[in-house]
Amino acid sequence: MAAVSLRDVRKSYTADLQVIHGVSMEIADGEFVVILGPSGCGKSTLLRMVAGLETVSAGEIAIGGRVVNRLEPKDRDIAMVFQNYALYPHMSVYENMSYGLRIKGLPKPEIDARVQRAAGILELKNFLDRKPRALSGGQRQRVAMGRAIVREPQVFLFDEPLSNLDAKLRVQMRGELQSLHRRLGITSLYVTHDQVEAMTLAQRMIVMNGGRAEQIGAPLEVYARPATVFVAGFIGSPPMNLLPRGERILGLRPEHLEPCAAAEAKLMIEVDLVEPLGGDTLVYGHETGEGAAEGRARVAVRLPAHAPAGNGRLPLRYGPAQEHWFDAASGKRIER
Amino acid sequence: MVENRPWLTFLSHAVLILGVVVVAFPLYVTFVASTLTFDQVMQVPMTLFPGDHLLENYSQVLSAGSHKGSKAAVSAMLFNSMVMALAIPVGKISISVIASFAIVYFRFPLRNFFFWMIFVTLMLPVEVRIMPTFKVISDLGMLNSYAGLTVPLIASATATFLFRQFFMTVPDELAEAARVDGAGPMRFFWDVLLPLSKTTMAALFVIQFIYGWNQYLWPLLITTDESMYTTVIGIKRMIVGSDAANEWNLIMATAILAMLPPAAVVVLMQKWFVKGLVETEK
Repeated sequence: MAAVSLRDVRKSYTADLQVIHGVSMEIADGEFVVILGPSGCGKSTLLRMVAGLETVSAGEIAIGGRVVNRLEPKDRDIAMVFQNYALYPHMSVYENMSYGLRIKGLPKPEIDARVQRAAGILELKNFLDRKPRALSGGQRQRVAMGRAIVREPQVFLFDEPLSNLDAKLRVQMRGELQSLHRRLGITSLYVTHDQVEAMTLAQRMIVMNGGRAEQIGAPLEVYARPATVFVAGFIGSPPMNLLPRGERILGLRPEHLEPCAAAEAKLMIEVDLVEPLGGDTLVYGHETGEGAAEGRARVAVRLPAHAPAGNGRLPLRYGPAQEHWFDAASGKRIER
Repeated sequence: MVENRPWLTFLSHAVLILGVVVVAFPLYVTFVASTLTFDQVMQVPMTLFPGDHLLENYSQVLSAGSHKGSKAAVSAMLFNSMVMALAIPVGKISISVIASFAIVYFRFPLRNFFFWMIFVTLMLPVEVRIMPTFKVISDLGMLNSYAGLTVPLIASATATFLFRQFFMTVPDELAEAARVDGAGPMRFFWDVLLPLSKTTMAALFVIQFIYGWNQYLWPLLITTDESMYTTVIGIKRMIVGSDAANEWNLIMATAILAMLPPAAVVVLMQKWFVKGLVETEK
């Protein structure tokens, strides 16, 4: 196991086309770090640079104190789990998991011991003779994980490993990933565009946008104190409401808004859409009234399940501690 | 869909059966002719019922060819044809699979240029380049040899193109996973790409086997020695002159013999052949 350092890592394809604009981060030994961002933000590229599948244009990547910029993937002591699993279709589960070890030239009993152990952890013992095509999505995902585990690497790299699974299975595999990490304690870098995955799995996360790290921090810290307008508008479902207030932007979480009498309203919205979800009710509307001259910003409100919300105007209030302020020009958070 | 139109069913079956008859009848006549004596074949009209000279005719052509035309044994020709029909697909597949591997998986200068150069040769069929090819082969002293029969026909743009298309559908992640697993390029080629290409190879093999077996013009040009005749050439050499001079019963026996191996290959490999053309295991 090892720590991973990214030191001002950059990636450019041509002089004009830079896709990663300098990302720096120290990942501690055994830490689970999630790289989160919308598609095209460079998160996969960053991961592939750590894996050695993409060259590093500038900066340094070190794994366990050793700079690996110019090392082949196989020499970096990493294991990678791909989005589409990338299992060898003509090999059985056992062969898939042992392929890397066989290339390394490990003795047969050692290979067998490792594969059996991984298969035990992942509950794949009954499937070792099957071909990937005879497995369900979740099982394939486990085989891909098994292939990573048997290598006993310093670092696990996950490239959106759960995005090909259906919603229910995704939740289940998320749990399994978490317990797996607790058991093995291997440093992990995990790329996803799904914020729920990021929030639940990460010890720390990097929120990326346009090739830049917008914020690095623990999930709840990122949620509670988003560093930029982008992070505020990306994390949370529905995300933070962003209301223009002159030079600044006011950010309010949907769950921090509550209905009140019109007299004490700090915010008045015109309801467009009500989504009862059972546990709670989401109300979407737009800002109305005198404070809302500019833009008529969209507002989402999370209300208790049986809150009276119909069409028409809805007066809302919120505590002063719940306000987040951002600079409209730079998008940066303004600390109070 | 439920369709209940008896007349349409009748009509479509009638058309299909007619089609089968049109295709099968000449084959049947060929077979019947190969079981008759010379005199029976020359009768007008020829009988449409098989005679009793089947074994006699076939053993005659297999061991000693015809009486009047070429006297080369057809068994030797079948062997020559088999060498040609096996060497061509094996050579074609091995060369083009490696060429496509290079073109798809490696970045080298003028990569696309080379691919298009290979591709352009598709536009030049054997017949067009037959004189220069003949000159080259004859200067190399490869007339009347197995090398002369097969080597010029081995280079194949079609197969290269087919493998290229197939390799491009193999997900990149597979190559990357192999890299992470520590497999070098050739290891990846051998352990992953080749097993995945099995069905494509099988389909190509069937097509190219028939292509090699049915070669006519090229062997006709470069084989002058009876011992190097292929079966198709053998048929040609048995036809010596006017209609009455030809021993059609023996020629037809040779024709049936010439038809059997390609038919056998198609029948035996049909499952693989269809698989290779329609599905890929990825």
